[in-house]
Amino acid sequence: MQIPAPFDYVRATTVDNALELLTRHGPDSRIIAGGHSLLPMMKLRLARPEWLIDINDLYELDYILRDGGELRVGALTRHTTLLEADEIAELFPIVRDAEQVIADPVVRNRGTIGGSLCQADPAEDLSTVCHVLGAVAVVRGPAGERTLTMPEFHRGPYQTAVGQDELLCEVRFPIRPRTGSAYEKVERRAGDWAVGAAGAAVTLAEDGSIADAAVGLTALGLDQTVAGVAGLLRGKHPSEELFADAGRLAAEASDPVADQRGPVDYKRHLADELTRRVLRRACARAAQTAAQTQEG
Amino acid sequence: MTVINERESNPAAGDPDRPIGYGRIQRKEDPRFVRGKGNYIDDLVLPGMLHGAILRAPVAHARLVSIDTTNALSHPKVLAVITGKDLEGLKLAWAPTLSADVQAVLVTDKVRFQGQEVAFVVAEDRYAARDALELIDVEYDVLPPLVDARKALDADAPVIRDEIPGRTDNKIFDWEIGSAAETDAVFASADVVVSQEVVYPRVHPAPMETCGAVADFDPVDGKLTLYETTQAPHAHRTLFAIVAGIPEHKIRIVSPDIGGGFGNKVGIYPGYILAVVGSIVTGRPVKWVEDRSENLMSTSFARDYIMQGEIAATKDGKILALRTNVLADHGAFNATAQPTKNPAGFFSIFTGSYDLQAAYCKVTGVYTNKAPGGVAYACSFRVTEAVYLVERMVDVLARKLEMDPAELRLKNFIKPEQFPYANKTGWVYDSGNYEAAMRLSMELAGYEDLRREQQEKRAKGELMGIGVAFFTEVVGAGPRKHFNIVGLGMADGAELRVHPTGKAVVRLSVQSQGQGHETTFAQIVAEELGIPPENIDVVHGDTDQTPFGLGTYGSRSTPVSGGAVALVARKVREKAKLIAAAMLETRPEDLEWEKGRWFVKGDPTAGKTIEDIAMAAHGTLTLPEGVDGNLDAEVTYDPPNLTFPFGAYICVVDVDPGTGHVKVRRFIAVDDCGTRINPMIIEGQVHGGLTDGVGMALMEIIEFDADGNNLGGSFMDYLIPTAMEVPDWETGFTVTPSPHHPIGAKGIGESATVGSPPAIVNAVVDALAPFGVVHMDMPCTPARVWAAMQGRARPPV
Ligand SMILES: Cc1cc2nc3c(=O)[nH]c(=O)nc-3n(C[C@H](O)[C@H](O)[C@H](O)COP(=O)(O)OP(=O)(O)OC[C@H]3O[C@@H](n4cnc5c(N)ncnc54)[C@H](O)[C@@H]3O)c2cc1C
Repeated sequence: MQIPAPFDYVRATTVDNALELLTRHGPDSRIIAGGHSLLPMMKLRLARPEWLIDINDLYELDYILRDGGELRVGALTRHTTLLEADEIAELFPIVRDAEQVIADPVVRNRGTIGGSLCQADPAEDLSTVCHVLGAVAVVRGPAGERTLTMPEFHRGPYQTAVGQDELLCEVRFPIRPRTGSAYEKVERRAGDWAVGAAGAAVTLAEDGSIADAAVGLTALGLDQTVAGVAGLLRGKHPSEELFADAGRLAAEASDPVADQRGPVDYKRHLADELTRRVLRRACARAAQTAAQTQEG
Repeated sequence: MTVINERESNPAAGDPDRPIGYGRIQRKEDPRFVRGKGNYIDDLVLPGMLHGAILRAPVAHARLVSIDTTNALSHPKVLAVITGKDLEGLKLAWAPTLSADVQAVLVTDKVRFQGQEVAFVVAEDRYAARDALELIDVEYDVLPPLVDARKALDADAPVIRDEIPGRTDNKIFDWEIGSAAETDAVFASADVVVSQEVVYPRVHPAPMETCGAVADFDPVDGKLTLYETTQAPHAHRTLFAIVAGIPEHKIRIVSPDIGGGFGNKVGIYPGYILAVVGSIVTGRPVKWVEDRSENLMSTSFARDYIMQGEIAATKDGKILALRTNVLADHGAFNATAQPTKNPAGFFSIFTGSYDLQAAYCKVTGVYTNKAPGGVAYACSFRVTEAVYLVERMVDVLARKLEMDPAELRLKNFIKPEQFPYANKTGWVYDSGNYEAAMRLSMELAGYEDLRREQQEKRAKGELMGIGVAFFTEVVGAGPRKHFNIVGLGMADGAELRVHPTGKAVVRLSVQSQGQGHETTFAQIVAEELGIPPENIDVVHGDTDQTPFGLGTYGSRSTPVSGGAVALVARKVREKAKLIAAAMLETRPEDLEWEKGRWFVKGDPTAGKTIEDIAMAAHGTLTLPEGVDGNLDAEVTYDPPNLTFPFGAYICVVDVDPGTGHVKVRRFIAVDDCGTRINPMIIEGQVHGGLTDGVGMALMEIIEFDADGNNLGGSFMDYLIPTAMEVPDWETGFTVTPSPHHPIGAKGIGESATVGSPPAIVNAVVDALAPFGVVHMDMPCTPARVWAAMQGRARPPV
């Protein structure tokens, strides 16, 4: 049994109450959601909060809601909920792709989208997903609510724009027609963090050419989407050559570090290989969605 | 020969699902486990019990400058803080290992591996004990570490064991076996010689339950009761008597339910000794249970063999000789658990299943700044390394000769009529029919079809591999004249009591860690006496209640204790015969046995069941001469030889050419463990071992960085396989009983762990053949597989 350093614990009753508690207990307090990132760090005594503010009673943060052109997901929504929601799988197949390879059922039953994004682990999968889908984060604090794009929200490994006294409340995904998305991860074993992963979203124009595209990488040393992908693909018809060009771009943009999961050259290769794969799949899915829209 | 899924049961038992004797029955212990009613070390709570925690070294190699325990001692819940200095006073700072070395219980002079034990805190609760570790101030003077075993013998290598007077280097031993001259001669005249370096990396047994102990020293009568996660309770009792100076009759070792051992729980760890010291010092029971990282970083590892192999053959594929030079990394203390005079244990079985003209091996053991150990991690004392070496070498040779690897093996097997077979390194294999097992495995796999499919896939640029491996295990240590652990011979005892109503209790000297002993051993008694297994209780794991013996590891329980149990049941049967003769007023020689009863030859109606006889034995019957009452017996079984289970494994993998990811698609395992007692338990053992093999072949490794930091210290870093990585196991079997074992059983515990890694690696290498790959080292992670493909010819598309 690994034992964390001593701490105090309080359950928040509402979002406002959580914010009050964060202010009251100050910098040594931490929100706990699923606890699957925070508790391991506490047990290793790498994190030593003096107060844990538990938000697991805040059911008002656990929802998936279609609202006009957006899908709104509460920050306390569990991985399992995201994995199982058919509506999400239909609109954003990348989410189910990713959720299938995030940890294992035990972790997914507790871990939340909010915790994942706020943890911002460089090998964390949902940040990449949110980046390529152009998601927006809704953050609340004593001064009220702010809305941040992913590039604004996600500042680098373990760093986000969420202040100590703030709470991530919601993630909004814009629903785009004629769009497909996909995610692929290489792992040493089921439930392991990514050796490398890539996600892509592609929107097709009426004529089948690419109208917009984004590619993101996980655990490969790139915090934002791969720059220049949209420019490279826009106006062109999907082809293996095009995917290969995008793959090269991703490999160049990646900046992986060597570790037990693999050396740099292998990880760079994965940036290339996985980018091709997810673009291929995202394009195929976009084409399928486009065809269905036409039929309907 | 029988194929997959056929249910064997004992027809004599009537109901095939409830055999009285051998056959498929559900495990008697499982209701307890599936209901959460198991009783593990950490479930144990004694009145007044305290809790211990160990402070561990953060660095791999450092001189200990000072320890200040003042702040820790002032923690309100702390009762004691024990350091190496305190132990020196008690002459307990160093303890003997299982390999004639010593190991520091707590550091006195120098830290020798990261995670080494530095101090022990005893507190009112576990939280306080852990918190107090942070209050101990230790000053270290960091030294350059020795991490790479290949550099251990360099002139400028730091000397790790400088506390041993006169020691100036890191060599532990040089050991050789076989005839170098004969082997060299065969190599010199051979048509074909291939050589290959084969590394079996450091892995860890990683049992689900970590190690722990509750020590309860009674200050009044001086008796120590030590509850421990141990696979060898009796050996521990004697060792504690010797090390701690407590008289042996005042020591009781209890090993309750154990959540997996795999060799990890054979040795005596500092934590056990510290719990005892803590209890003596405080006069109260002390519990110590390590956490996962402590288990992975400080307890016995396995393998860590760098093997240079060479194989000689004729050009038409007759294997002539094998030669190998091994560098063995033993870590900071030589704590290998193995029962021979050979420091490499049973590695000398590297001649495998083949009829060779000559064989030679040399092993050099070295110290490094890594955790000590080198245990029988489901490896039968290094048979795993041996089998991996020979099975890789045979594949390398097959590639060179452009021969099918199955065919090459079939051509070289020891033939059934050659048994008992004396190999070139001193083993006498008891029995075998290797070709039959190999052919069955190929038939179950559909070998020819697989090869065809592989051709088609290769033409399309897809990477499919078929791996073949054949192993001969050597288990059941062993004859006491040859095998011992710190001087204790390896015979095992068994005691059987048949109560007046015909229900029985059998007491064993071995201890289960999940192998199903409570079922298997009841079935052996049932088979011999005709008492239903549910009416036989198996008692084990408590030295005050069981006969002496050396415990469970190296697949020895059925070969040794199984023999003892069969013999003790037969002894009871013979005693029952005398009593039955008295009851039937006839002569014993006129009686005949059928399962469960003695009857008069020629008059089957005149007989007495074992229940009748049990009642009479305890009743008022005038007992015959030579029977002094009851229906009990005891024996000690000293096995005349080891047993040699074997098996033929075929693995099919698909490799993703873009990512290097390996998927094990199929695995066919044909095992021959001689007589099969409970096929369901055998299959369980095989399934577990195969899963283990997937772990070692594809993901498990304990690596160290240049500073000696352990990179495998958690389950995030040290990966063990899940249901997602393993296929549906396809098992089959042949039965070649051991001729010298009382029931012909050979043991099955480690066969699959021994046999599966080479099958999987051979399959991966086979998949990569189009790239010209002839070997790659484990674990075959995506990155390593991809690396093996680089810079090589692209496969034809
Ligand atoms: C064995 C294992 C394997 C894993 N594998 C993967 C994997 O392959 N891929 C992957 O992406 N993840 C993986 N994870 C991480 C998992 O997805 C976690 O659940 C997730 O990273 C954190 O979510 P949580 O709800 O548990 O957050 P917590 O651990 O509760 O919190 C994490 C951090 O976020 C903060 N926080 C949480 N919620 C909020 C909020 N609403 N507002 C502000 N701050 C907040 C906390 O204060 C804390 O600092 C794994 C975890 C484990 C234990």
